[in-house]
Amino acid sequence: MSKRSNSPGRQFALLSLLAVGMFGFAFALVPLYEIFCEITGLNGRTSGEAASVAQIAEISDREVTIQFTAQVFRGMPWEFRPTENQMRVRVGEVNTTEYYARNRASGMVTGQAVPSVSPGHAAQYLHKVECFCFTQQHLEGDAEIDMPVQFYVDPDLPEDIGTLSLSYTMYRVPDAEVVVPEAAASMPADHEGHYQP
Amino acid sequence: MIAHADTIPKQRHPLIAFILRWLLTTNHKEIGTLYLCLAFLLFFIGGAMAMVVRLELFQPGLQFTQPDFYNQMVTLHGLIMVFGAVMPAFVGLANWLVPLMIGAPDMALPRLNNFSFWILPFAFILLLSSMFMEGGAPNFGWTFYAPLSTTYGPPSTDYFILGVHLMGVSSVLGAINVMVTILNMRAPGMTLFRMPLFVWTWLITAFLLIMAMPVLAGAVTMMLTDRHFGTSFFEAAGGGDPVLFQHVFWFFGHPEVYIMILPGFGIASQIIPTFARKKLFGYHSMVYATVAIALLSFIVWGHHMFTSGMPLAAELFFMYATMLIAVPTGVKVFNWVATLWRGSITFETPMLFALGFVIMFTIGGFSGLMLALVPADFQYHDTFFVVAHFHYVLYPGAIFGTMAAVYYWLPKWSGRMYDERLGKIHFWTATIAVNLTFFPMHFSGLAGMPRRVVDYSIAFADFNIVSSIGAGLLGLTQILFLYIIVKALTSGEKVTDAQVWEGAEGLEWTLPSPAPLHSFHTPPEIEPDEAHAATDKA
Ligand SMILES: [Cu+2]
Repeated sequence: MSKRSNSPGRQFALLSLLAVGMFGFAFALVPLYEIFCEITGLNGRTSGEAASVAQIAEISDREVTIQFTAQVFRGMPWEFRPTENQMRVRVGEVNTTEYYARNRASGMVTGQAVPSVSPGHAAQYLHKVECFCFTQQHLEGDAEIDMPVQFYVDPDLPEDIGTLSLSYTMYRVPDAEVVVPEAAASMPADHEGHYQP
Repeated sequence: MIAHADTIPKQRHPLIAFILRWLLTTNHKEIGTLYLCLAFLLFFIGGAMAMVVRLELFQPGLQFTQPDFYNQMVTLHGLIMVFGAVMPAFVGLANWLVPLMIGAPDMALPRLNNFSFWILPFAFILLLSSMFMEGGAPNFGWTFYAPLSTTYGPPSTDYFILGVHLMGVSSVLGAINVMVTILNMRAPGMTLFRMPLFVWTWLITAFLLIMAMPVLAGAVTMMLTDRHFGTSFFEAAGGGDPVLFQHVFWFFGHPEVYIMILPGFGIASQIIPTFARKKLFGYHSMVYATVAIALLSFIVWGHHMFTSGMPLAAELFFMYATMLIAVPTGVKVFNWVATLWRGSITFETPMLFALGFVIMFTIGGFSGLMLALVPADFQYHDTFFVVAHFHYVLYPGAIFGTMAAVYYWLPKWSGRMYDERLGKIHFWTATIAVNLTFFPMHFSGLAGMPRRVVDYSIAFADFNIVSSIGAGLLGLTQILFLYIIVKALTSGEKVTDAQVWEGAEGLEWTLPSPAPLHSFHTPPEIEPDEAHAATDKA
């Protein structure tokens, strides 16, 4: 039996509160999902923080293939591609590759690259020591640049993974969010590779 | 001012009096009728859109529609059938039946009830008006995945968003009302475990609505701010993630499918015992199975997203959790069959629809189990197999359930009997048509025909001809259904017996037929029941 002292008005208020709470829960899913992705590497999200070389335990004899791809998001007037398509690397060894970018527009355009690794659950084993994706990149009209990525593969990489692909999407940074070029070099992007306001 | 139907001054013009009567009514029976009429109207509109889709798919190639218009038809058909036909029909049935079944004079919050209903016509005017706007109606499927609906959605998407907000407000308020009514308005002696199963299933459905609809409202709100206010919830360029949309949507979407089926379970559980002339087998297990289905429905949403790049552990979790739902569902089917066992069964139209519901819903449940298997789902995903599955659970589940309810309770509501011969013709043509329409979709889907595409390979042509002919027949049966109801209401044989059906039990059958506008102003006497009294103490 329900408690008759619980008046309909009170129940209406409580249930409405529950509904409002669930509306809030929909928004709470946003940070929850980000944390979940961060932990599991879901969707190939990589850590945006520079890894230090000192973290490497040892270089092993195991070799894996790293493939590089690049795409330009709509509205971005850059040409953007890897300088080499793939690389055979030893696990634990620090390697460097370069991405090429050219601004096809006449004025300065700022770009932000967002990395993604597949298979997604391997993302946490690809560490970037240095990456152009840590900061915004500024290119004057018609200017071109080779941008380095320094990385190593974690020795804990599961045995069944023999090939990793590292993909970058280059986004145009809206003018309002461009970090002043002089300061940009010393300012790290936040952990998702968002551009800093 | 809220006018009561009886207190509108008599000297008004009859038309104005008529409009005010229905606009301002707070009577649960009249609001129930309004809900059912609106649902039936929208059922025809959504059905007409399905006819356009099936006409186009009759042959490969483009015949009648351009791809964009085809996509609009697919989208609106889904949205209108889910939010406009099935859900309002169930709310209408709840309005009519819940107070009668628990011995209450009305809903607990009658003015809110009026408000919940009258929001809906505006919601659907907003949604349907988008068809006449520049850029056309929403064309991204009823699931409105980002970025199709955010970055690439037509301008009318904003009308769709506002429409969904209104529908959400309406269903949440309606659900709160049903819940408060059931918890507070039961006649003395009507303990929770003596409530008819229709009331139980609606109590649980109301809980699902309150939990799920606000999440949908959150999803469309995020869409709206992404489209116009510079946020990037689902926009990769701003650090958001389109896959997040799918998580938010399906967190609502899976409970939603149970919102569309649980009241149908309740209806079958009322009708089958009546015509088997036996008590429902396993009443308590029916209640617990429904609760289990409702709770599980919140942890299985990932089965819609197996192909979106999930970690293996998550895929396994969602697969096993989904398959677990087959257990309580199996309990329910077992109980219905056990109720029939050694009953003295007669096959009046409501019983036929209820039995069709049990058999064909079970078939739809089996294809659901197939879709729950991760490795198999990679093949079935986004094919017509999925279309076959959810139409098999929705048509025989929600639509047959509603039709069974209308045939079963219409004599009580109106005091007139439908034409039994026409009812049986309706059932058999509808059953043949449903199977002609949706069964071949299993095969075209397994053969690889993608859903939501206007054109298809010639290899699928034969299956599609059968589906389209079946759909045409199914469309005709709706007109027959409308005719049967109109005929019953205008010239049906008068019902004088309160019980109407020989084996019917429950408080609603103690009222005269037709049920008077105001009933149970003094709570009914509920006779102590030995069997129930024993379990209540436990
Ligand atoms: Cu689901």
